[in-house]
Amino acid sequence: MKDLLRKIRGTGRVAEPAPARPEGASAGRAREFGGSVQVRHVDAGSCNGCEVEIASAFGPVYDAERYGARLVASPRHADALLVTGPVTRNMRMALRRTYEAVPEPKVVVAVGDCACDCGVFAEAYGVVGAVGDVVPVDVEVPGCPPPPDAITAALRGLTGR
Amino acid sequence: MSAAVSAAVSAAGAVGAAAQVVLVAAGAPVLVGLMRQVRARLEGRAGAGFLQPWRDLRKLVRKEAITPDGTGPIFRTAPLVLAGTALVIAAVIPVATTASPLDGAADLFAVAALLALGTVALALAGLDTGTAFGGMGASREMTVMALVEPTILVSIFALSVPVGSTNLGAIVTSTLHEPQRVASPASVLAAVALAVVAIAETGRIPVDNPSTHLELTMIHEAMVLEYAGPDLALVEWASAMRLTILLGLVANLFAPWGIAGASPAMLPVALIAFAAKVAVLGGALAAGEVFMAKLRMFRVPELLAGSFVLALLAVAASYFLVAP
Repeated sequence: MKDLLRKIRGTGRVAEPAPARPEGASAGRAREFGGSVQVRHVDAGSCNGCEVEIASAFGPVYDAERYGARLVASPRHADALLVTGPVTRNMRMALRRTYEAVPEPKVVVAVGDCACDCGVFAEAYGVVGAVGDVVPVDVEVPGCPPPPDAITAALRGLTGR
Repeated sequence: MSAAVSAAVSAAGAVGAAAQVVLVAAGAPVLVGLMRQVRARLEGRAGAGFLQPWRDLRKLVRKEAITPDGTGPIFRTAPLVLAGTALVIAAVIPVATTASPLDGAADLFAVAALLALGTVALALAGLDTGTAFGGMGASREMTVMALVEPTILVSIFALSVPVGSTNLGAIVTSTLHEPQRVASPASVLAAVALAVVAIAETGRIPVDNPSTHLELTMIHEAMVLEYAGPDLALVEWASAMRLTILLGLVANLFAPWGIAGASPAMLPVALIAFAAKVAVLGGALAAGEVFMAKLRMFRVPELLAGSFVLALLAVAASYFLVAP
């Protein structure tokens, strides 16, 4: 406990200073949510590269929580679905049902090249298609994997903070 | 003459009771935000600010309400019961005034029963959804509650023995008159026991983790997985109020200074004192959580049984170790 206390005091604040607020294309959405967006992450068949970046985006350095975004455990609690990976055959129904479980108003954020246009997995035998082929996508975050600040910027476009 | 005085007293009490309900209702989400902010700062984060829970609630109220297929009236009424019991407890217990006109209902047993009613309503709602996690959360919550409720009863009962009344207002008033009683062995043992069960009842670390995403480790969160929109807002608001109420009970039973009696002039001071006490306790709880991991589910009954033994010892001490 003493070591931990010393570490807390020695480390101080690791969150980077907040960059300027991105000019969001989704200002209407931001007004609906009023500075609070609960996010449910759905892995539709990702290689877990995007998951590592999402974990970083919500980690202490990028700290997406300071802009009012928070990861939640249930799609019923969520406002936004953060979908990664190309949609595989086994996840098509699951993704569809998760989308239907989210109460209105809701948005879908496709994270990574695979989610946007299948990326390197395009036309693979187990892949149904991109996320946009299964559920309507509102925001796309390109990159393989997208850097945490890109994910954070997309979430800030939703929270408006 | 005396009728006029008692009318003035009860009017002041009514104002006090209304003020403390407003304070608990408005302040509870701020307390949750403050605790998250303390944790965030200790983890090196910037934090979302202590008004974030209010933003969450405002947004949830505007969202679509969903009733999952197969759920009945229990699922729909549970959030109302939970919030209703929390508001009633906030009105009757000595938060800011000991002269509440509802003082007769501020009985130890009535308050513990109201707390249990809210818990049971939510557990039944968890079962009503018919999902695996809802039932699992409900069964765990009942396991915890079966150990928490008797400890709350017994530990406050230890405080009521020297007073000769189980009325919470009477206990607080008598502690104000005899402050040395706070340092008695019975009181110290009861304080430790009550602090442990307050943590367990409100689902904080080390018993439950309010920010977990792993369904297998959830207790409270597993029961509310199916709630959405305004219902979820009610459940979260009520949970925050229960946290405030339990921390406030711990604060006012063992450090009642600043609480207003019948005089309306003391009321603003009492409200500020209560807010400060609860903020300090909540901040300490959040800071303590940073240093702790969640206990395994199988170890939780050991912790709670330990606190029950402390409460029993407190009762024994209050009978045998009486100051001459």
